[in-house]
Amino acid sequence: MTVLAVKSLSKSFGGVRAVRDVSFTVAAGELLAMIGPNGAGKTTCFNMVNGQIAPDAGSVEFEGRSLARLAPRQIWRLGVGRTFQITATFGSMTVRENVQMALLSHHRRLFSFFSLSKDQFVKDAEALLDRVGMRDQAGRACSLLAYGDLKRVELAVALANRPRLLLMDEPTAGMAPEERDELMRLAAELARDSRIAVLFTEHDMDVVFTHADRIIVLAEGELIAEGAPAEVRANARVREVYLGAGAGHA
Amino acid sequence: MSYDSFVIQFLNGLAGASSLFMVAAGLSLIFGVTRIINFAHGSLYMLGMYIAVACAGKIGFWWAVPVAALAVAAVGALVEMLLLRRIYAAPELLQLLATFALVLVAKDYALWQWGSEDILGPRAPGLAGAVAIGKAAFPEYDLFLIGFGPLMLLALWLVLTRTRWGTLVRAATQDREMAAALGVNQKWLFTGVFALGAFLAGLGGALQIPREPATLLIDLSVVSDAFVVVVVGGLGSIGGAFVAALLIAQIKSFCIGLGFSQVTLVAEFIVMALVLVLRPWGLLGRVPAQARGPWTAERPLVPPSRPALAALGAVAATLLALPLVSGGYTLVLLTEILLFALFAVSLHFIMGPAGLHSFGHAAYFGLGAYAAGIFLLREKLPMELALALAPLVAGLGALVFGWFCVRLSGIYLAMLTLAFAQIAWSVVFQWDALTGGSNGIVGVWPAPWLASKTAYYLLTLVVCAAAIAFLWRALYSPFGYALRAARDSPLRADAIGMDTRRLQWAGFALAGLFAGIAGALYAFSKGSISPETMAVTRSVDGLVMVLLGGIQTLTGPLWGAALFTWLQDTVARNVDYWRAVIGAVILFLVLAFPQGVTGFVGERLRARDA
Repeated sequence: MTVLAVKSLSKSFGGVRAVRDVSFTVAAGELLAMIGPNGAGKTTCFNMVNGQIAPDAGSVEFEGRSLARLAPRQIWRLGVGRTFQITATFGSMTVRENVQMALLSHHRRLFSFFSLSKDQFVKDAEALLDRVGMRDQAGRACSLLAYGDLKRVELAVALANRPRLLLMDEPTAGMAPEERDELMRLAAELARDSRIAVLFTEHDMDVVFTHADRIIVLAEGELIAEGAPAEVRANARVREVYLGAGAGHA
Repeated sequence: MSYDSFVIQFLNGLAGASSLFMVAAGLSLIFGVTRIINFAHGSLYMLGMYIAVACAGKIGFWWAVPVAALAVAAVGALVEMLLLRRIYAAPELLQLLATFALVLVAKDYALWQWGSEDILGPRAPGLAGAVAIGKAAFPEYDLFLIGFGPLMLLALWLVLTRTRWGTLVRAATQDREMAAALGVNQKWLFTGVFALGAFLAGLGGALQIPREPATLLIDLSVVSDAFVVVVVGGLGSIGGAFVAALLIAQIKSFCIGLGFSQVTLVAEFIVMALVLVLRPWGLLGRVPAQARGPWTAERPLVPPSRPALAALGAVAATLLALPLVSGGYTLVLLTEILLFALFAVSLHFIMGPAGLHSFGHAAYFGLGAYAAGIFLLREKLPMELALALAPLVAGLGALVFGWFCVRLSGIYLAMLTLAFAQIAWSVVFQWDALTGGSNGIVGVWPAPWLASKTAYYLLTLVVCAAAIAFLWRALYSPFGYALRAARDSPLRADAIGMDTRRLQWAGFALAGLFAGIAGALYAFSKGSISPETMAVTRSVDGLVMVLLGGIQTLTGPLWGAALFTWLQDTVARNVDYWRAVIGAVILFLVLAFPQGVTGFVGERLRARDA
């Protein structure tokens, strides 16, 4: 079942065409990696999907519904979770409170003045933290966490509204190699268990080829290849873009 | 309006723009390089005026102007070396507080040195006449000023683009850390820029003396104008300051010329609000570069410990029992402390957890006070009803102003809140029929059953304690957490479906409502209300209270309010130059406890426990 359908997306910045006519889909339970060399338009493309940038042309549909002109917070309400390249968490709160915030927002309890925040959705929050292996650190302040742990917290926060689509921008950036594999394995497992469609961008090719079900490759704003890891690995165009012309046999 | 008078008003506007531009350019330069908003810039202007007037008698006007400007530049350099250098790393708000302390010290110095009477300056020799424009006469000196402003713009532009020093200034404005990393000697660059900024302010002031008398009241009015110019033009942009100075001066000139002098301030600030909403970084400003300084995250909010609750309970019980053993003046002072504690707590609510730095919180205090007086005396409502309804007016005001304010952040937000407070103040000041204008409203007394000092003290205690308890409790509610979330990471808050603007808007209105409660209580405690009730200084008083107590602590504003109100009362009663004393105390506290007094004590306690 197609969860995300991107059709003919284009965007220019002051005459420079950052993204040109890009189309792809992501199905439920599938991990799609978007890769490409620096300047290929990955970030632009990604930010058009999550609503931070408005496309010049083309459409982004989530479960058949257009996401055009929706703010990030509205997109989230439809069931789209996200994590950031540089983690964005609430530094003055504990790990548990970070997850509770997402749950409070999901249950539309933000304008409650009289209940105590700390008593809200404790069990749900702990269950989510359990899934990402952060339950034992639930009471620690987010500002004191190691970077890898922050990434896990973000994942738990992103899962709080039971998303059907998860957008992960460079999920393993800034992490040690062994942590990267662990985090992506976790993400993949969660996605398959809950049938979540995942779109992620990534620099680390090991991570991409180990964990992605399918890969799309961008170069100079255009989609140049698409397919299973083995197909993409064998694709001549991709080898040329990544390794340079004439390196086809390297 | 005839063609001649149109031309005259236009030229008047141009002449007024010159001094305004110089002050604003100095403010902008200083901000660009040091990231300090110099509240005392108007005081430097004032010093320039007084020094020029004082010297003109001995050395003549044309020598007095550069002498005054250089003297003010020297003062600026001294201030930078002795004070600002020590607080560049301190939080933005404390820097502002320190410069405000300088305003107080400078004002009292001028009072001591030159007395409280306005002093008229001499005419400019050689330019004392007037030229005929149509049927009207226009002063020659003003024509000189019209030319001098653009000349200064040109000179500044040459200094900034054609000299090595100017290149360094521009580099530091663009990226302070990078300039430092490239080996620019920051110390002398900062001192130099501050001295130049001060020079421009002093020059602007000195050049004004043939046009208007030197007065002690000029400092805050000039600095408010300069804020407007800098914000409209774009912080850090000299060209923007010039364009904005022209715009603002023309608005002023035409408002006065068309006979609407009472709406001048309002018109000026409405322009500022419009510009900020349409172009948040000013006409020629750019999105500010984010400083990469280290930031210390606030600790998670923990529920109050049992001993802390017990201590607060004991304080409340003591206050409740106090009328048994004490009376008269103590109760009056305590009444004042209590309602300012509520004012400070409501300001902290919006500044600390919500991260919206309001420089105009007194507007809502004042709206509450005036609404109470107007309901009682004009609408003839019973006192109890007036007291209950007045805060709603303040809340409504905060709802309207807040809608604009939450669209901005950081220093721009601070300026906009200040601008709105200034609008509210000028409306109150000028709307004689409703507010009594500069005389205010008298005879705002409580109902007979509350007329005794003891009864009113107890009422204030109960209302303030309940209100403070509500605000504190709200910080532990989902709403309070949501405000902190929006402050900690707007990006993440947005990504988990939080409407941060709506949350902050609600928080802003709530804080305004509670400031209004304090204001209404204040009106009935004094029996009279004047525009002073909501002046810039009252907003700054609130900031001082919050920052003295420490913005990262919940109870801080309480102790800050108590300490500051007591200090102001004691000093004002016993010392002639009480402003200077308070300024000196603030400076000492800022230098000694950059985290606030409560923060300091808290650190020590934790260090002891560890």
